[in-house]
Amino acid sequence: MIELSNFSIGYEERNLIYKTNTTIEKCKLTALIGRNGSGKSTLLRAIAGLNKNYSGEIRLSGKSVKNMNVSQIAKTISFVTTERTRIPNMRCKDVVAAGRAPYTNWIGKIQDADRDIVMQSLAKVGMESYAERTMDKMSDGECQRIMVARALAQSTPIILLDEPTSFLDMPNRYELCSLLLQLAHDEEKCILFSTHELDIALSVADYIAFIDSAQLSCISTDEFKHNNYIEKIFHSKHKGCNTMFKFIIP
Amino acid sequence: MQTRLIILYALLSALVIILFLTDLMIGAVNIPLADVLAALTGGDCTQATAKIILDIRLLKALVALLAGIALSVSGMQMQTLFRNPLAGPYVLGVSSGASLGVALVVLAGIGSSISIAGSAWIGAASVLIVIAAIGHRIKDIMVILILGMMFSSGIGAIVQILQYIAKEESLKMFIVWTMGTLGDVTTQQLAIMFPSIVLGLLLAILTVKPLNLLLFGEEYAITMGLNIKRSRALLFLSTTLLAGTVTAFCGPIGFIGLAIPHVARMLLQNSDHRILLPGTALLGASILLFCDIISKILILPINAITALLGIPIVIWVVLCNKNITA
Repeated sequence: MIELSNFSIGYEERNLIYKTNTTIEKCKLTALIGRNGSGKSTLLRAIAGLNKNYSGEIRLSGKSVKNMNVSQIAKTISFVTTERTRIPNMRCKDVVAAGRAPYTNWIGKIQDADRDIVMQSLAKVGMESYAERTMDKMSDGECQRIMVARALAQSTPIILLDEPTSFLDMPNRYELCSLLLQLAHDEEKCILFSTHELDIALSVADYIAFIDSAQLSCISTDEFKHNNYIEKIFHSKHKGCNTMFKFIIP
Repeated sequence: MQTRLIILYALLSALVIILFLTDLMIGAVNIPLADVLAALTGGDCTQATAKIILDIRLLKALVALLAGIALSVSGMQMQTLFRNPLAGPYVLGVSSGASLGVALVVLAGIGSSISIAGSAWIGAASVLIVIAAIGHRIKDIMVILILGMMFSSGIGAIVQILQYIAKEESLKMFIVWTMGTLGDVTTQQLAIMFPSIVLGLLLAILTVKPLNLLLFGEEYAITMGLNIKRSRALLFLSTTLLAGTVTAFCGPIGFIGLAIPHVARMLLQNSDHRILLPGTALLGASILLFCDIISKILILPINAITALLGIPIVIWVVLCNKNITA
C-alpha cells in the first residue's frame, strides 16, 4: 500500500501535484494516467525514492520513506523504468538475479534460495526457457517481461512501472498488463504503472489513478468509466479526439 | 560454462608466468631460462647474471606486472561507472593532474626538492579531491564525465604554457616522462607502489557488487539498494590509487586501461565483475609484460608500444561488437 499525505511536488514555481491525499491499494493493479507533462514519471520517481524534492509524506506499507534507507526502500519497492536495458553478455537469469541484490552479501553471492526465487520469478512471467539466453537477441516484449521478473525477484510488496507498454505492440501490451493484473491478485502485490494506453488501462486495471489540475485521485475503474472523467482529463480542442472517447470506454 | 572459465583462468595465469620469465630473459644481454631460474632461486649462476636479474630486471618486471593489473582494473571500473566504452583510467583527470605536478617541479622548478614520482602523486591526488568534492553534489554521472574531461583539458593547457616557457633540458626531461617508463622505479619506490596498488585492488574487490548493479544504470542501481554516494567515492578512491600510483612512478601509460577490459569481456563472454576483475587483471599483466618485452627488443619507449598494440585492439573490439555499451 502506498499512502500520500499532504503531498506536493513540482519544478520551481509550477506545482505538478499540490497538497494531495491518496492511497494506492494493495493486491490491486492501479493504472496511472494523465496528460504529457502532468507529472506521472515525477510521481513514480518520488515514490521509488529517486526524487526527494517533494513536501508532505509518502508511506510505503505504513512506513514513511523519509525514515527508510536505500536498502530498506529496495526491500519494499521495485521499479521498472522506461530505460531499455540490454546488457551485453548478461544472461536473463543473471538479470533477474540482480533483483536479489538487497538480500545478498557484500560481493553479491547468490544462494540456493535466491536461485529458486529467480527461477520462480522467470516462471511467473512465462520466461523460464529464456534463462540462459542473453537480452541482445530478444524482442522488446520479451525484455520487458525479464525486467518484470527482476522486479518480482526483488520480493517487494510494491512494484512500480513507468510506461511499461510503450515499446510493445498491441497483443504484447494486453498480455503484459494482464500479467501485471494476475501478479497483483495472485502474489498480493501493490502494482502501480503509468500508461498512455487508456483502452488497456480501462479494460485491465482495478483502479485508475489520475492527475488532473494538480490533484492526484485514485478511484475504481468502474466509477472512473461512468463519470466522464476521460473527457475532463483529456479534453482537446480537436473534435476528432473527443469523439474517440466513446470508443475507448468498453 | 564453469569449466571454460577455469581453463581460461589457468591459461591466463600460465601466460603471465611465461611472459614474466621471458621478460627476465630478454634485455641488452639475453640470459637463458636456466640461469634466470637459478638467479631467482639462489642457485648456481655467475654473479653478474644474478645482479642483472635480481637488481634490474626483476624490479622492472614486477613494475610491469603491477602496472598492467592496476591500469586495466581501473579502466574496467571507469567503463562500467560511466557506461561508456571509451572511458579509461584517466577520464577523471588522474594523468593530467600527475603531469601538472611533474610539470611544476621539472619545468617551473617549484618545490624541486620533491621527486618526480612524489610530485605526480600529489598532482593525481589533488585532482581526486577536487573531483570527489564536486561529484558529491552532482547527481548525473555524465556531468562528472564532462567535468573530468574539461578539467583535464584545462590542466593540459597550463602544462603547455609551462612547456612553452621552460628551458630546453628540463623540457626534454618532461617529454621523456610523458613517454612512460617501467625502468625508473627504485626498490624504495616499489615499497610505496606495491602497497598502494594492493590497497587499490582490495577496494576494487569491494566495488564488485556496486559495479554489477551499475550495469543497469544508476537509477536502477539505486532502486536495487545501492548507496550511490558511497559506491562512487569507493570507485574514485580505488581508481586513483591504481591509476594515480602507476602514473606517478611510470608516467602516463596509454591504451592498456582502455583496451584490456574489452578484450576480457569478449574472452570471458561475461559481464559479471566477480569474473571480469581477475580476468582483466591477468590479461592486463600479460599484455604490459608483452609490451615491455617488445619495447626492450626494439629499444623504444613503452608508451609507443602500448599505443601501437592497443589501438588496433580497440578498433577490433568496436568493429566486432556493435552493440557495446560498457
